[in-house]
Amino acid sequence: MTSHSPDRPRELVLVGHGMVGQRFLEAWTEQPGADRWRVTVLAEEPRPAYDRVHLSSLFDGRTPEDLALCPPGFLAEHGIDLRLGDPVTAIDRAARTVTTRAGRQVRYDALVLATGSAPFVPPVPGRDAAGCHVYRTIEDLDAIRADAERATIGVVVGGGLLGLEAAGALRATGLSTHVVEFAPRLMAVQVDDGGGALLRRKIEDLGVTVHTSAAADAVATGPEGRVRALSLSDGRELAADLVVFSAGIRPRDQLARDCGLPVGARGGIVVDERCRTADPAVLAIGECAQAADGRVYGLVAPGYQMAETAARELADRPGDGFVGADTSTKLKLLGVDVASFGDPHGAAEGAVDVLYSDSRLGVYRKLVIGADGALLGGVLVGDTDSYGTLRPLAVAGRPLTVPPEQLVLPAGLSTAGPVALPDEAVLCSCHNVTQGAVRAAVREQGCDSVAAVKKCTRAGTGCGSCVKQLGTVVGEELAAAGFAPQTGLCEHFAQTRAELYEIVRVTGITGFSDLLDRYGQGEGCEVCKPTVASILASLGGGHILDGEQAALQDSNDHFLANLQRNGSYSVVPRVPGGEITPEGLITIGEIARDYGLYTKITGGQRIDLFGASVDQLPGIWARLVDAGFESGHAYGKALRTVKSCVGETWCRYGVQDSVALAIELELRYRGLRSPHKLKSAVSGCARECAEAQSKDFGVIATSAGWNLYVGGNGGMTPRHADLLAADLDRETLIRTIDRYLMFYIRTADRLERTSVWLDRLEGGLDHLRAVVIDDSLGIAAELDELMARHIGCYQDEWAATLADPDRLRRFSSFVNAPGTPDPAVTFVPERGQIRPARPGEDGRVLTTPAPVLVAGPRLEVLTP
Amino acid sequence: MTVEIHDGTRWRTVCTLDDLQPGRGVAVLLDGEQVAVFRDRSGGLHALDNRDPFSGAHVLSRGLLGSRGERPTLASPMYKQVFDLTDGRCLDEETAPDGTPAVLRLWPVRSAVEPAPAAARPAVPARATAQAPA
Repeated sequence: MTSHSPDRPRELVLVGHGMVGQRFLEAWTEQPGADRWRVTVLAEEPRPAYDRVHLSSLFDGRTPEDLALCPPGFLAEHGIDLRLGDPVTAIDRAARTVTTRAGRQVRYDALVLATGSAPFVPPVPGRDAAGCHVYRTIEDLDAIRADAERATIGVVVGGGLLGLEAAGALRATGLSTHVVEFAPRLMAVQVDDGGGALLRRKIEDLGVTVHTSAAADAVATGPEGRVRALSLSDGRELAADLVVFSAGIRPRDQLARDCGLPVGARGGIVVDERCRTADPAVLAIGECAQAADGRVYGLVAPGYQMAETAARELADRPGDGFVGADTSTKLKLLGVDVASFGDPHGAAEGAVDVLYSDSRLGVYRKLVIGADGALLGGVLVGDTDSYGTLRPLAVAGRPLTVPPEQLVLPAGLSTAGPVALPDEAVLCSCHNVTQGAVRAAVREQGCDSVAAVKKCTRAGTGCGSCVKQLGTVVGEELAAAGFAPQTGLCEHFAQTRAELYEIVRVTGITGFSDLLDRYGQGEGCEVCKPTVASILASLGGGHILDGEQAALQDSNDHFLANLQRNGSYSVVPRVPGGEITPEGLITIGEIARDYGLYTKITGGQRIDLFGASVDQLPGIWARLVDAGFESGHAYGKALRTVKSCVGETWCRYGVQDSVALAIELELRYRGLRSPHKLKSAVSGCARECAEAQSKDFGVIATSAGWNLYVGGNGGMTPRHADLLAADLDRETLIRTIDRYLMFYIRTADRLERTSVWLDRLEGGLDHLRAVVIDDSLGIAAELDELMARHIGCYQDEWAATLADPDRLRRFSSFVNAPGTPDPAVTFVPERGQIRPARPGEDGRVLTTPAPVLVAGPRLEVLTP
Repeated sequence: MTVEIHDGTRWRTVCTLDDLQPGRGVAVLLDGEQVAVFRDRSGGLHALDNRDPFSGAHVLSRGLLGSRGERPTLASPMYKQVFDLTDGRCLDEETAPDGTPAVLRLWPVRSAVEPAPAAARPAVPARATAQAPA
């Protein structure tokens, strides 16, 4: 069919639908006149564009759907024809057509190449053996994950950004992990020797073995052709069941080469600053192109800028061309913060380094200062908080307004205030948004929150590394416009949690409605309701499911169990100190078997039972309570566990009975509601097998008594606990912990960990010591009294629930079909147990196995 | 007093008013479909899809009621997205991870006196407290 109408749409063909390709489509559809073109996208991968930068998050439970980049309805809305799994195999520039693998021919008036790059696999013998992988696509990760299940040792070839990402992923799947890097240090491009050394130490502390100055020589295979070992250039051989090559990327420029377009000496389709190739009808963007400055960028932000440039060029609206980009990066690799910005190596003449390094704290900061005093670049390892300020300054090449040494010193030693950024400084380099644009969004477009500014400017929606800085700028601008900073809990309460705690304590208010009517407004929300519920509970408000309190609890507290991803619940009985009898173990095992639950030992010496429906909870708990177990409070913001080692009773090195103390502490503080969950541990000697220094409060035995540590935590930002007091006797120890906990509960913010609270506490550890030991505020007796009341009022929540038919009525999936489990909750078998079925998987419906007692809402009441 | 949901064809009695604790919900199974039913602090009834579009789990009946500005809201217990109870729209994100619009279907719901014998039952109930059927 041929049309000679002058209105015949022009044909735009995009080759490749990766991050840059999608960004090009978004930029293109915003151009005036774009709707007169017909757009066809020919892609190799079987799925639309996804966020490759966050690929590793697939190992943390995110799904491919979470990574999708193409907004739903976007393609249909703009009439874009996306053909997946059918890559272009040839370009005929004379005929202006492309041919795909399936043999399809598509004509173009304009052709945009966004074919990205391919992982570089060094030409070592055996590199194609089963068990060898690259790390580039969702399919690659699926293959790695499948292989990892039967592997125990994984080796990553390449110690750059991607290599360390891959190592983190292997480690996450439980493999013993090695990294082999050719250069003498890790991340050789981004960091310097000092930063690389600290990075290496931190990564080795995590159990990853690092081999630098070594290259992969050959992959050795076993009899069935699978990887068995990797031999290195230094003659050593590493045993390996799985090898991931992550030694850099190469531009995918073969299509361009085949049709005679010029490519750079080291690959990459040569383009000018408007992203045009030597053929005016063909453009190239992203990692497949060699930009006008002669570089091939392996980062997404420059690719995005090229995408915008190409879209404007095709729409005949050329603005600023693409002449090069900032390659600053900030990452969390294997949990270690690493950032490099501007020129991190100080290549400019006369440049000097200012650096601060503290191996004990694990912090390394280096700034490169030019001869004129301007900040040129830097490297941050271990603490990258200042990245948001320093990167824009370095990229703008601005002279510093404060002495550079002030910017690298730890907060306590630095006297410098915040550094002011110029308005033209780029805050978000992913989307090229300046600080001025952010300020204008607040001032002129009425954005009154970070979320609104993100929506309006796109700042902070890329890699997210600028969000903190964004918050500061938005806050400043709002304050300048006369808006008071929000310190209140939420829109319903202008008070902080600590203030509400005091109000409840002083007024004796016992209900949420009462508090809301007198001190708040509106109907409340998911923020203030559970907070108030927690305050009422920690001030002795009775059973948490009584009266109006029941309507405030988070779903977890409401069902006294932990909500899991598919809507089922997990059950965790308390095992004080981790000590359990064989009979107790057998009982838990029998219950799990009878209900078909998944069982797992938790990180805190307990046993998790997963996959229970709401209807099954009372039946399960009836049997647990009958066997002497009580609620483990795994669902609450409350004391979770007090872990212990075996102490002097069994251990050759133990100097005190850590088990007895752990049990005593766990029983003392069980059920204590607090702003954040609380964990504790007791170690019987300085070997610290219970890891007490990573807990909210931890105790380590000494030959003279007990040392008390406070304010530690694991989690996202781990912190070692501080020594509050040494060589305490048992009684003083317990009294000190009582006061510490009650002081924390009284003054902490909502969801504020003890570590954050301690860091925020004015006067810090010394002040805390003065309050809980020397009673400097005169509140010690009050704190003691509150704890005594908590201990006196404690009742097991599950036993109390089972004894009350009214409370039991809520444990029903359907009010009009009691006893019917949720038919949407399905499971599939895995490693001999169940797991939630994934979307599209045909799981079996959760049913109560026949022989056990039926757990309905009208369960018979058990009398102890 | 009973609570009734209109399933598109007729009103169906699903529970009694006493089954609904103010501020807290229950789930209802209607011919394989799941509906979350709530009663707010002032006695108003709300019925919406029980399926949380962000997690895919049928858990919205276990969420918390509240308000955002003037709008009455429901927060999902899974990832805490907040939905407008008056139109079912998610106030935090426009689309669910599967690409569909994040809007919950609203079901007409009302409280009624205990069902009278079928012949004597009025065509229009005297005490509808919430939305009428569409």
